[in-house]
Amino acid sequence: MSAPIAPLNAKKNPNAGVFDGIGLWLLSPSWIVIGVFLLLPVFMMLIFSFLTKEFRGGVIWEPTLAAYDQFLFDRGLFGDEPPTIEWTYITIFARSIWQAALATLFCLIIGFPTAYYIATRSARSRSVWLFLITIPYWVNLLIRTVSMKFLIRDTGPLNQFLMSTGVIDSPIHIVNTNFAVQLGLFYSYLPFMVLPIYAAVERYNFALSEAAWDLYADRWTTLRKILIPVVKPGIIAGCILVFVPSLGAFLAPDLLGGAKTFMIGSLIEEQFKGNAGNWPFGAAASMILLSMVLIVLMFYARQQTRAQAGAR
Amino acid sequence: MTDSSPLALEVSHAVKIYGALPNAVKALNDVSIDVANNEFFTLLGPSGCGKTTLLRMIAGFETITEGSIRLFGENIENLPANKRPVNTVFQQYALFPHMTVLQNVAFGLTMLGKSDREANGIATRMLDMVQLGEFSNRKPTQLSGGQQQRVALARALAPSPKLLLLDEPLSALDLKLRHAMRVELKQIQEELGITFIFVTHDQEEALTMSDRIAVMSNGELQQIGTGREIYEEPKNKFVADFIGETNLLTTQVESIQGANAVCVVGNHTPLECASAGGISIGDTGIISIRPERITLTKPGSDATGSNLTGTVKRFIYLGTDTQCMVELDDGTEIHVRVQNAHDSATDFDVGERASIKIDQGAARLLVN
Amino acid sequence: MAKNTTDVRRYPGFFSFTILCLFLLYTPLIIVTIYSFNDSKSITTWGGFSFRWYQDIFYGLEAAKFKTAAWNSISIALMAGITATVIATSAAIGMIRGEPFKGKSLSFGLINLPLMVPEIVSAVATLIFFSAIGFTRGYMSILLAHIVFCIPFAYLPIAARLEGIEKSYEEAAIDLYATRWKAFTKVLMPLMAPGILSGFLLAFIISLDDFIITNFVKGAGVETLPTAIFGSVKQGIKPNIMALSTLMLLVSIFFVSLSYLINKLGERTGDKQS
Repeated sequence: MSAPIAPLNAKKNPNAGVFDGIGLWLLSPSWIVIGVFLLLPVFMMLIFSFLTKEFRGGVIWEPTLAAYDQFLFDRGLFGDEPPTIEWTYITIFARSIWQAALATLFCLIIGFPTAYYIATRSARSRSVWLFLITIPYWVNLLIRTVSMKFLIRDTGPLNQFLMSTGVIDSPIHIVNTNFAVQLGLFYSYLPFMVLPIYAAVERYNFALSEAAWDLYADRWTTLRKILIPVVKPGIIAGCILVFVPSLGAFLAPDLLGGAKTFMIGSLIEEQFKGNAGNWPFGAAASMILLSMVLIVLMFYARQQTRAQAGAR
Repeated sequence: MTDSSPLALEVSHAVKIYGALPNAVKALNDVSIDVANNEFFTLLGPSGCGKTTLLRMIAGFETITEGSIRLFGENIENLPANKRPVNTVFQQYALFPHMTVLQNVAFGLTMLGKSDREANGIATRMLDMVQLGEFSNRKPTQLSGGQQQRVALARALAPSPKLLLLDEPLSALDLKLRHAMRVELKQIQEELGITFIFVTHDQEEALTMSDRIAVMSNGELQQIGTGREIYEEPKNKFVADFIGETNLLTTQVESIQGANAVCVVGNHTPLECASAGGISIGDTGIISIRPERITLTKPGSDATGSNLTGTVKRFIYLGTDTQCMVELDDGTEIHVRVQNAHDSATDFDVGERASIKIDQGAARLLVN
Repeated sequence: MAKNTTDVRRYPGFFSFTILCLFLLYTPLIIVTIYSFNDSKSITTWGGFSFRWYQDIFYGLEAAKFKTAAWNSISIALMAGITATVIATSAAIGMIRGEPFKGKSLSFGLINLPLMVPEIVSAVATLIFFSAIGFTRGYMSILLAHIVFCIPFAYLPIAARLEGIEKSYEEAAIDLYATRWKAFTKVLMPLMAPGILSGFLLAFIISLDDFIITNFVKGAGVETLPTAIFGSVKQGIKPNIMALSTLMLLVSIFFVSLSYLINKLGERTGDKQS
């Protein structure tokens, strides 16, 4: 018995690698789906931001800069007064950035020691700790935010507990404050901070710390001068993973905040709600948010390439 | 079978270039080999020499850039790997971990359209041949390295390929097992009468099993021959240096006597060297002398030897042998190997002068 | 315990931070779970243990609404998860095993684009797109939007798995006369299975959990569980919502644990043999 020699193939190049030559075909469904249903829509959103608003929602196909103008300038009720700077929306964006930055900072303060602690456990208990951290990430964000709201309401379990123990006499108002939004953001994205830092610390070579000790550095100096600089790419990744979604967050400000804590996400959502909205303005605000995020991501990509170049 | 051609494999002028022109890499440069039917043929060379590229090209995993590959007279370079009647034993075996040993061995037969019953029958026989019949329902990960190696062999042999390719199959085994497998592989090859092409960087492995060896370096073929030819009559410095240990001494040709050249070494001592021919007086070259073909004698005690002398510098005890380092009078250092069965090896003290005797025909002049 | 002065890894106090972190993450969830068993009609006072709100979800006034929403959520999550997994598997093989080509990193960026664009921006863009091409908003628009953002979530575990599988397995299959399709179905796919399965599970959960994009593209009348919950919560947190939340919580935990276990088992069998 012998394997037959197949007749000579007409094809000039046999496919040497098993999936050589069909890689692009295999990739094309993902390109088409994401290209048509995300990339193209983003371009259309860009176009919409330069169109005229229709009062019942939607757009009139007339090009205008009105959406961006409205964002920056106040021209009076009928648009005929000399323009003055319109602070409303700039304030909302500034508040969003501030809130997102604070949330990032708090997540870092709690997340770094946690990630470090988990990464230095034995392999077996490490995966259990990590699993505990990841579960909340996969639990519905809406449910988590609602849970937080329930906990901190004026009549919620937190206030009840504090009053029953006598720490306070009357409930603290937390809901509808900046603090509540801050807490919501922190709570929503804390796992995002832990995971990349954990990954970086896990790869960290502890011989470096031993070398630092050997050269008379103490524990905290070693942390500051050796460990943190080495795991910095992981810290930056964690910060970005918290900052970016916080910036465009909708649920935390909407459910935990009020009118005074308005953030970009709620501003955008309002423009598309029912018939009252302003689609071009919403599209413009989305474009501004997207540009800010892309700037952050570009900064991040730059950092990562530099970190990789430095590692070599 | 088209047995009009006695050659199992002819690779002619094979060239392999990776990448596009500005930073293209030439992995194979005009390599031609002919392998006879039933031959155990070895591709030997250091890593990166192109031997694995050549093997993968024969298997059909690399496209040949230029040249042709003929299997029993038929061109196969345009056939994809799954249409070539050639099977491979992979370096890390690549046994499918989700299949049982039997399913692994039967895989190729099933793919060729054999019924499950027939495929399993042949696979069982193959497993019996490699003495693993009782393990047929185990998963590959439950076997030892040596057993996995034999399963990989059985799997590649089951479809009765016209050519079996082995990509460093013994490199993952420990020393004892490796030595045992050498003998077993050679026996199986002789029993089945299938042509084997074996890739290795281990010269000892190549010498013990092969009918013929092709030594490769830098994508080029250096020499093809039997183990003896390659060891005793290396064509160039690379082959002499890569196969076994040798002493290399730079020299100049003084006169020519037939096929032999008389060269000058040490302090103007003439030495008769065998050469491949094509040399003329005044050429510079390198003399290769195997350390086991040199003996040390007390100066003046043996009149028939050459006049080469030196000082004993150091002894290194190697178990079966002792290696002795001797500095010639002109400063070059040579190694001499003496079997420990003889007492003569340690007759010398470090620093003592010795006369150096080179066996008849042991010195070889290499021009390049 | 003796003070450890030789361990360079130990930082005193970090353990407390870890406990604090877990405490913060879990307290709201545990509190809601506990209160979902509260017999009292007022959600703030404890009136004893009861399953009444769970009964209320299935047989109460809003039962029909929740049932439709649950059906929509699950059917969309299943279809979006499966479609995204097929697309992501194909893309992973193309990226990792396909021939090199210019713009490979661009392709990687495109596949992961849904992770980079803020959710609310994706939501706005998708809404604008569907309305501009005159696509009726409803079940189909939700499904299409979900497929898009599920792709990267399915892609990451599948690609990670594939990168751990040596190329020689496919080569061995091809060497043994398998066609490319057979090499994929008989060898590569069984080896990738844990990655594919965990990719699917993640995509499924992500689809099940999505609120923002669904809320934008759902149109009138079609609700998924999150949008139904959101609509209800807007009028105040009711006890039946807490029961529903607890159920969804359990479903998420179940699927994540499943995905985790599958990956664990996958690690033990059929990894690189070296």
